[in-house]
Amino acid sequence: MGRQDLTYAVARIRALETKMFTEEDLNRLLACPTEDDAVEMLMAKGWGNGEDAKDGETILEHELDKTWETVRSLVEDMSTLDVLSYKDLHHNIKSAMKQVASGVDAPETYIDNSFYSADELLEIIREKAWHRFPDFLQKPAADAYDMLIKTGDGQMLDVMMDRTCLESIYEAGKRSDSEIIKKYACETVGVTDIKIAIRCQRTGKSADFMETALARRPGTGVDVDKLIKAALSGEGAVIEYVEETDYHDGAQALKNSMSEFECWCDNRIIDLIKPELRNSDGIGPIFAYIYARENELKSVRNILMGKRSGLPAEEIRERVRKTYV
Amino acid sequence: MELGLVFVLLGAAVAVLFAGAGSAIGVGKAGQAAAGVVTEDPGKFAKVLILQLLPGTQGLYGLMIGFVTMVRAGLLGGSPMEISVGTGLMTLAACLPVGLVGLISGIYQGKASVASIGVVAKKPEQFAKAMLFPAMVETYAILALLISFLAVTAVL
Repeated sequence: MGRQDLTYAVARIRALETKMFTEEDLNRLLACPTEDDAVEMLMAKGWGNGEDAKDGETILEHELDKTWETVRSLVEDMSTLDVLSYKDLHHNIKSAMKQVASGVDAPETYIDNSFYSADELLEIIREKAWHRFPDFLQKPAADAYDMLIKTGDGQMLDVMMDRTCLESIYEAGKRSDSEIIKKYACETVGVTDIKIAIRCQRTGKSADFMETALARRPGTGVDVDKLIKAALSGEGAVIEYVEETDYHDGAQALKNSMSEFECWCDNRIIDLIKPELRNSDGIGPIFAYIYARENELKSVRNILMGKRSGLPAEEIRERVRKTYV
Repeated sequence: MELGLVFVLLGAAVAVLFAGAGSAIGVGKAGQAAAGVVTEDPGKFAKVLILQLLPGTQGLYGLMIGFVTMVRAGLLGGSPMEISVGTGLMTLAACLPVGLVGLISGIYQGKASVASIGVVAKKPEQFAKAMLFPAMVETYAILALLISFLAVTAVL
């Protein structure tokens, strides 16, 4: 497919960016006394479909769908944004494999924004028609499903498919012409490997398990061998290792809590994509907009959940991500 | 028809073709961006329309030089002048600045307009400043127009 002229798309994204939450908007949302007040504020800003959906989660889902729908209408070759879609695709494949293996229907576990519908995925898995998947996914999916059928180990399926997802993101980054997408893919693999290593350390997983779970790819800023060795020694050793990597700024967040580290990772990506606000052409601004919207929805979700649980504003604020605009 | 006159006509064609093509590309590109903004915010139509039109002037400059060339050569009056090959080539050379600079400046002015439309999309109050960026490109199209005009009128 020839390279699409994205001038119209980027200009439309520029206009849409004006509707995004600023830091002041998020502060106002945080200041709402209850979840209902926060939802009212979202609706006043035009979020949701304005009619039936009056609960926070439905509004957030609607906003995510709306974002992807807009982008799909703007970008002819959606494979240029694979790097953002693979997470949902792999999630749905896992859900479908578990459904086929267990025979228990779970339609609510599927995410809409994916390459295949739930029915298509179920058909592929039932018929083992792996050739209908993209090349890079055929063997890992077949191996993961065989393992699931032989052992019934759903956790190992998650581990294998999550690693495949990271590798797919990395490869999508490599395929991309956009520097920002390449960097995003590398950083995503790097920080996710660190998160996985920390979780493995906390749950006392073996080196073999970590070897299966971690994505080993060059240029991510993480040496998997050193990371596994550190994880086997203890959480302090992992943090010490992180201090030696490109992600050393995140070590302090990691010392505090995993959720703070996750917040730091998201903020780092926001800093990475911010220059796209000044770019008037190419896929970069569109990619950045989707990421920023998802990040914005994550912040709003954290605020709503915090309000629902009655958490103090300061505690909720720690989970709120940096804004893009 | 004499060869000299053929070169004169070729000069007029170069001025109109290249400058017009530059404007068409520039206006087209800026038009896409303008449409993108208006899709989300129809209230900005007037502002983005002005920015879209900025790269259109090169085509007018090319038309003007082409017209002057044809008038001076008597092509429009029905009684063409007798023009030597040397004069014809000089006329062609005189038409080149507005043609070539029009093509290049039209394209780049279009790109500058796209960026400025992005500014207006986010900060409409900065419209005046945003308009200056593509307008700067216009300087070079005007300089080329001036030289082509002076040269054509001097040669013919």
